[in-house]
Amino acid sequence: MISAYFIHLLILIGIYAILAISLQLAMGFVGLFNLGHISFYAIGAYTSALLALQGFSFWFCILSAGIIAMLFGFLLSIPTHKLKGDYFALATLSFSFVIYAVVLNWTGLTRGPLGLPGIPKPIIFGFNFANNFNFLILTFAVALVSYLIIKKITTSPFGKVLQAIRDDELAVKILGKNTFKMKFYTFGISAFFVGIAGSLYAHYITFIDPSSFTLWQLIPVITIVIIGGLGSLKGTVIATIILVLLPEPLRFIGFPSSIIGPARQIIYALLLLLILLYKPRGFFGKVELE
Amino acid sequence: MLKIQNLKKHFSGVKAVNNCSFEIKPQAITALIGPNGAGKSTVFNLVSGILKADAGKIIFNNKNITNSSIEKISNSGVSRLFQQSRLFNNLTVQDNFLLALNNEDTKFWSSFISLRETSADKKNKAAKILKLITMENFADTLARDLSYGQKRLVELGRAILNPHKFLMLDEPVAGVTPKLREKIAEILLMLKNRKETILLIEHDMNFTFKIADDIIVLERGKVIAKGKPSEIKDNPKVLEAYLGE
Repeated sequence: MISAYFIHLLILIGIYAILAISLQLAMGFVGLFNLGHISFYAIGAYTSALLALQGFSFWFCILSAGIIAMLFGFLLSIPTHKLKGDYFALATLSFSFVIYAVVLNWTGLTRGPLGLPGIPKPIIFGFNFANNFNFLILTFAVALVSYLIIKKITTSPFGKVLQAIRDDELAVKILGKNTFKMKFYTFGISAFFVGIAGSLYAHYITFIDPSSFTLWQLIPVITIVIIGGLGSLKGTVIATIILVLLPEPLRFIGFPSSIIGPARQIIYALLLLLILLYKPRGFFGKVELE
Repeated sequence: MLKIQNLKKHFSGVKAVNNCSFEIKPQAITALIGPNGAGKSTVFNLVSGILKADAGKIIFNNKNITNSSIEKISNSGVSRLFQQSRLFNNLTVQDNFLLALNNEDTKFWSSFISLRETSADKKNKAAKILKLITMENFADTLARDLSYGQKRLVELGRAILNPHKFLMLDEPVAGVTPKLREKIAEILLMLKNRKETILLIEHDMNFTFKIADDIIVLERGKVIAKGKPSEIKDNPKVLEAYLGE
């Protein structure tokens, strides 16, 4: 029998895999260094939690989480479509601060720092996912479908245009292609899957508050994408497994929890630094980070 | 085919293009020459929509395309080769070509639902261009792994493949070997025989005089001379602009 602790880690791997492959779509395949990625995670989690607390079914909640996050993705892509590199990163970062401020301060809706407790575990067609093993199956199924859809997008002719935009957007425009439309779709699709991941997270933990959606939560996701390698979905999944499991031995050394949290961040930051210095294409990457 | 009328583009006081007017004849190779800073590339950027004109008109096939978007101008039939390499470096040579063929690949749903990645017809078109530039064995090579000369050829091939009525080439032979220069001259003359309309910027005068039917000389953003290569060769204004004589 798989231990409860191991099941918990596998669920985290599933959720992080969706977060990372959706960031990989925007960052690795289109070159959009989206620092607002985590805000779509928050939008998905809060949408799903609020709807579930009103008694809506899980299917409705998770799909709404994806769709609302996608709408925000479309919205963000409009003012940022002419921005590149650092400017794009800063604009999306400011978006994540706005969303964080909203979930923290709109207490009438989100209860602010008190968070939303009691988010129900999913029940699908009468089948209860309160049991973590069942939730693991659900998470893996959603992660697999997300992976296959993103894989199909990136290997299609549409995906080739996305990669061309990453390499040289002006050259794509000169070929007569509307790059705004392409980035608009991709941003929305990426946000959709992050929203789905946010919903899974909310229904798994059953409690969310703004502290789950800070910039710090984005660091492991960016680290996964870069270590796995830009433009590689396979690398992203392998890096997700490694990076979720890597800090776990810290728990068994006997450090207090106040040390474990920062130690995880230090491990991720160190890994990121080493990879950027010695293996800028990551382990399976096809492009170098510029 | 292309009419430039009183075109102006100033960069904070610098008159890069200053009341520039000229016309490009169809089915011929026209060269745009002039010393560095004459405004040749700025004219190219204005025609292809990368820069917005301060004043003047650009008429292409009797349509005013002044300040239209880059994509719109491209889709009206203008294809362009840049001075610096602008290949999709992380894609293969074949992918670089396939992207130039049409805009079907920008349609999300048809691209997503389609089981077949690329049609045989598209692959054939790409193969023909590979043959034209004698790089048949490089279809699956990543563009970033090509030499400088090979990159120029692939870029030229991509510009030719992009559906067009008018081809703009910014220094197609800059920095290439004499052998490759000959090869590119051959390709351009072949295109001329196919009744293509080409406007090129080039500093290599031997190359320019060999292939151009007409020459337009720019200096400080203005046309100072135009005519057949034989007329331009000994034009005192041109000699003065180039040599300061």
